[in-house]
Amino acid sequence: MNTRIVVADDEPNILVSLEFLLQREGFEVTLARDGQEALDAVRAVRPALALLDVMMPRLSGLDVCQQLRADDSLAGLRIVLLTAKGRDTDVAKGLALGADAYLTKPFATKALVQRLRQLLEPAA
Amino acid sequence: MTASPGPGPGPAVAAAAVAAAASTHPPPAGLSRQARELRALAGAAAWVLGGLLLWLGASAGLLWATLAPPERAQLGALLGALLAPRAALLLLALLLGVAAVLSGLKRLLAAWPAAAGQLLEALQLRLGTDTGTPITPQGAPALQALAAGVNQLVAQRQQLQADIAAQVRQASRGIEQERSRLAALMSELSQAVVVCNLDGRVLLYNGSARAQFRALSAAPALADGAELIGLGRSIYTVFERQLVAHALEKIGQQLARGDAQPAAHFLTTTAAGQLLRVQMAPVRQVAEAAALDGRCQAKQGEESEAGEGGEAGEGGKEGEAGADPAARAPALAGFVLMLANVTREFAHETGRDRLLHELTEGSRAALGNLQAAAEMLEYPDLEPAQRERFLAVVRDEAQAMSARLNAVAAQGGGGAGTRWPLEDMLGADLVAAAVQRIGLQQPGLRAAPAEVDGGLWLQVDSFWLLQALCYLAGRLADEYGIRLVQLRLAPAPTPGRAHLDLIWTGQAMSTETVMSWETDPMPIGGQASPLAVREVLQRHGGEFWFERERVRHQAFFRFLLPLADAEAPADPGRPGQRAASLPQHASRPEYYDFDLFRQAGLNGLDQALNDRRLAELTYTVFDTETTGLNPAQGDEIIQIGATRVVNGKLLRQESFEQLVDPQRPIPPEGVPIHGITPAMVAGQPTIAAVLPAFHAFAADTVLVAHNAAFDMRFLQLKEGLTGLRFEQPVLDTLLLSALVHPQQASHRLEAIAERFGIPVLGRHTALGDALVTAEVFLKLVPLLAERGIHTLGQARDAAQQTWLARVTY
Repeated sequence: MNTRIVVADDEPNILVSLEFLLQREGFEVTLARDGQEALDAVRAVRPALALLDVMMPRLSGLDVCQQLRADDSLAGLRIVLLTAKGRDTDVAKGLALGADAYLTKPFATKALVQRLRQLLEPAA
Repeated sequence: MTASPGPGPGPAVAAAAVAAAASTHPPPAGLSRQARELRALAGAAAWVLGGLLLWLGASAGLLWATLAPPERAQLGALLGALLAPRAALLLLALLLGVAAVLSGLKRLLAAWPAAAGQLLEALQLRLGTDTGTPITPQGAPALQALAAGVNQLVAQRQQLQADIAAQVRQASRGIEQERSRLAALMSELSQAVVVCNLDGRVLLYNGSARAQFRALSAAPALADGAELIGLGRSIYTVFERQLVAHALEKIGQQLARGDAQPAAHFLTTTAAGQLLRVQMAPVRQVAEAAALDGRCQAKQGEESEAGEGGEAGEGGKEGEAGADPAARAPALAGFVLMLANVTREFAHETGRDRLLHELTEGSRAALGNLQAAAEMLEYPDLEPAQRERFLAVVRDEAQAMSARLNAVAAQGGGGAGTRWPLEDMLGADLVAAAVQRIGLQQPGLRAAPAEVDGGLWLQVDSFWLLQALCYLAGRLADEYGIRLVQLRLAPAPTPGRAHLDLIWTGQAMSTETVMSWETDPMPIGGQASPLAVREVLQRHGGEFWFERERVRHQAFFRFLLPLADAEAPADPGRPGQRAASLPQHASRPEYYDFDLFRQAGLNGLDQALNDRRLAELTYTVFDTETTGLNPAQGDEIIQIGATRVVNGKLLRQESFEQLVDPQRPIPPEGVPIHGITPAMVAGQPTIAAVLPAFHAFAADTVLVAHNAAFDMRFLQLKEGLTGLRFEQPVLDTLLLSALVHPQQASHRLEAIAERFGIPVLGRHTALGDALVTAEVFLKLVPLLAERGIHTLGQARDAAQQTWLARVTY
């Protein structure tokens, strides 16, 4: 079975690219268009990794991250935050709230894939 | 090292002393008092005798005229027969009578004029001096009553004098208090403030100004900015005269217009390349002269009213018209400068502008390239190689834009502090304040510090941050029944940031709850405030979140706060830095001297400096330590110390002290004297670097040194090397002491200091000796005045004449 990834972002333009890219890399991709959807999707699909945009309607990526971390049944889940907010304080907060990695937009697709593989290696 | 030549006064000095003492009483003129009295008595006796004989003769003549001729013959015969044998007896009686009259007269004479004379002398004594002992009444009753009257007057006068003295004391104490209060206030201000008189002389400055000027100094390591800022120094050393004049002119115009708050601003760069924003405000004339004028005019008005009756109104108008020219254009007495070093802000703003420019211009070009490339890609008949070229364009431009954006984002984050004024604060102080505030606001809740890194300086808006901490602690207590919160402060892994944590045990909360706490407006004193926790953090360019430590069963709110910029070039508001950069003194430093307001024309040494009074000149009192006593044979300066005397006050906090690398060995025999070892001067600046700083420090002042010729010789020998000439007048405390105390055997600095009761501390360090010399000099000035030496010229001439002045090096 392919590794499952939940990708959450409210911008369809980036979702198109991410979905295409990750599927080509052999992941099984589930898409979410806001924070609440992301939370529900992760709980339903139980992916190995969640790729969350920080700025999303209803629940922010940080909130989703924190709630997922509070859920002991999701202990092995890898969380990568993706954001246009690039300040060092944002990064500090994201990592403090339990994200495994923090990537700022714009990013190189190759670098993203490499980072995801790196994070998933021990688990895979 | 201050070497003193042999002891003993010179003959010239002794001669001068004799000449000075040549005024006693004038020689007695005419007769002595006793002789005068005797003559008066003899004169009086002659008058009495003559008068008596005249009276007798007249009586006899009268009697004789009434007699008939036969009776006259009868009486003549009878008298001749009776008196002839008893003529001796008659003469004796006459003489006795005269003697009796004379003795009575003498007693009268003795009683009247002597008592009156004594009374007069006693009165004169009391008039001329402040003797207040009562006069003993003597002589006739009228004189005694007069003496009693005089005694009453004397007593009244004494009472009045005592009253006046008490009032003067009180008034001057009040003034002194006001002044100290002002000085205390100024020294606490974080704003740099300098007050100048119209000549641009500094009358007052505070510690922040001192720190600012330190940053402006071209040689901060050497002179500590003391060559720029100091009481009595000219502000034009730092600022262009034209710039200040222009600002003054603007203020003058505003004053003439009657503006309520006249002020002028200017921006200037300094020699050291710093950028200063200066605000100028006027100091108006409120001196006694103006007040007195007003009063006189008021009085005149009253008089004309009383005298001219119906024309009172006109009289009043006249008075006003007379006062007008002075009142309409309020005279400027000086100006206040408030300085801010905006070098950093300016660099920041400039950088931001440049980034913004790059972002707009650069992005415009990149987007153009991107659009063109994307449109080319739409052509279906593209060769694979062409296609790859356009794709490369897209990739390149996207990457370039990313880089540009990242640069802006990195810069933009740090800008929060400049838009919102944040203050530097010791983190431990903030924690202590929060602990206290939380305890006071929430009776059931206790706050305590946990681990607090005491060395962290935060850059915060302390008021709102404390509000946020109290608000969160309050909600914890209200909604979750928390009884104890702890505060923890530590450096964050993110550079330039710190963690401030509000910790509690037990109850954790949901993300939604934290979200609402973060965004709900905080109430202050029952009122809703405009800010929520989130805004407070935004102002700090910080972050805020909630974390849990399951192992410890603890939860905390974490504030990610900016640290104070450790590299701040001039941030006098920061107490830690201020403490390090300013010399510590036990007493409050004398940063002000308003008496300089009254001194006109302190400028320029070219004007008749010799006519200036010693008491009002500005002095640099200095001393050098040297490798030996022979400047001509290669001995070198190893330390220069100097202090300033302005307006009769020693300004210890404006001192200068610097070790100098002599670039030659220090003879070991000298080391026990000056205590300066070769290791101490190793790595110190050379005289070529130190002398310019000292030259600037001493600019515009009269030099004073003990045995000045010695120190001056060393300075003069370096003129060729540095191109700096010390051309100002020089006074020598050694010579001045010899002038004042010609009989004293020793005029070594220690001996003089001992004579004057000056404690000698730190002897044979250059600054220590300079300070003692300065105190000696201050004691010498009034003693010189007693000898009629008031001006600089007089002091120089007199000193020249002492034989010690012939000693040269």
